[in-house]
Amino acid sequence: MKIRRFFLLFLLGIAVATAFADTARAVLPDEMLSNPVLERRARKISEGLRCLVCQNESIDDSDAALAHDLRILVRKRLLAGDTDAQVKQYIVSRYGNYVLLKPPFDAETLGLWLGPGALLLFGAAAAVFFYRRKDGVAETPRLSGEERARLDALMNGGQGGGENAS
Amino acid sequence: MKKVFAMLPVAVFAVLVGFFIYRLVLIDHGDTPNLIPSVMIGRSAPAFDLPPLFDGQPHFAAKDLQGKVTLINFFASWCEACRAEHGFLGEVKQAGIRLIGIDYKDDPKDAKAWLARMGDPYDEVVTDADGRTAINFGLYGVPESYLIDKKGVIRFKQTGELTPDVIRSQVVPLARELSR
Repeated sequence: MKIRRFFLLFLLGIAVATAFADTARAVLPDEMLSNPVLERRARKISEGLRCLVCQNESIDDSDAALAHDLRILVRKRLLAGDTDAQVKQYIVSRYGNYVLLKPPFDAETLGLWLGPGALLLFGAAAAVFFYRRKDGVAETPRLSGEERARLDALMNGGQGGGENAS
Repeated sequence: MKKVFAMLPVAVFAVLVGFFIYRLVLIDHGDTPNLIPSVMIGRSAPAFDLPPLFDGQPHFAAKDLQGKVTLINFFASWCEACRAEHGFLGEVKQAGIRLIGIDYKDDPKDAKAWLARMGDPYDEVVTDADGRTAINFGLYGVPESYLIDKKGVIRFKQTGELTPDVIRSQVVPLARELSR
């Protein structure tokens, strides 16, 4: 019981820590747009763009100088009247699809998108196949006539004999 | 039939091992996973018009790329790898390639002092103070070099420093082909 309580506390700790970590973004106050609607759009776009220096962070999270420049560029494009898609396309046309943290669904990424599902299906099919076969092999043989007679005797009064009878 | 199935995990394992070894060999040849293939290869260089580092020299703009095979080298005085590369840039120029330096997000004073100390191999040096031209080139760190043909199309990109090996085996032969 104590262990379980400790574990719950541990989980709670992690939840609180990650909640706070989420607010620690790299966006500097002087980068932000005064228009809250545009700023929200800029944040949303930035979260989906990979920082090319650190490569596993979005430009919204990264402190790298290039990420800073790209954040400013995103905001400049928005102020110039670009749609979200146009801003993304602007960056993609220079850095390729690699900058998108969520890759598009196309011929090149087919395996990436469908691979996990295909593997899961394959695994499920294999599991069904193997368990079916095992069931067949392990099936208990039916009682022979003699066994059945002995069982009936046991059930009807316990004088069927056998080692375990007391 | 059963034996074949029993061998399946072993076969999968062997394929995986083969794949990993293949990838390691690629890394050994310089193809590291963090190297992002440039989408700019085969495309026209982006529009730019940059001011000179040294007073009195001309601007360098995208239209100036016409007619001559050019290597554009992004560098900065604060960049450690640029220092390592700098001594080899002379080889590029010696091969008859026009060498343009773009000083990336740098203090002009530092850049001038750096070139005075390290030597100035460039035909022209211009400055990209806010790094916007660099972003238009798809740059994600310095140094980076772009070999551009006579029509202004980017033909080759070196991410990171130019080594004598890259210059001799890739840059110079390609430039020679493009000059014809």
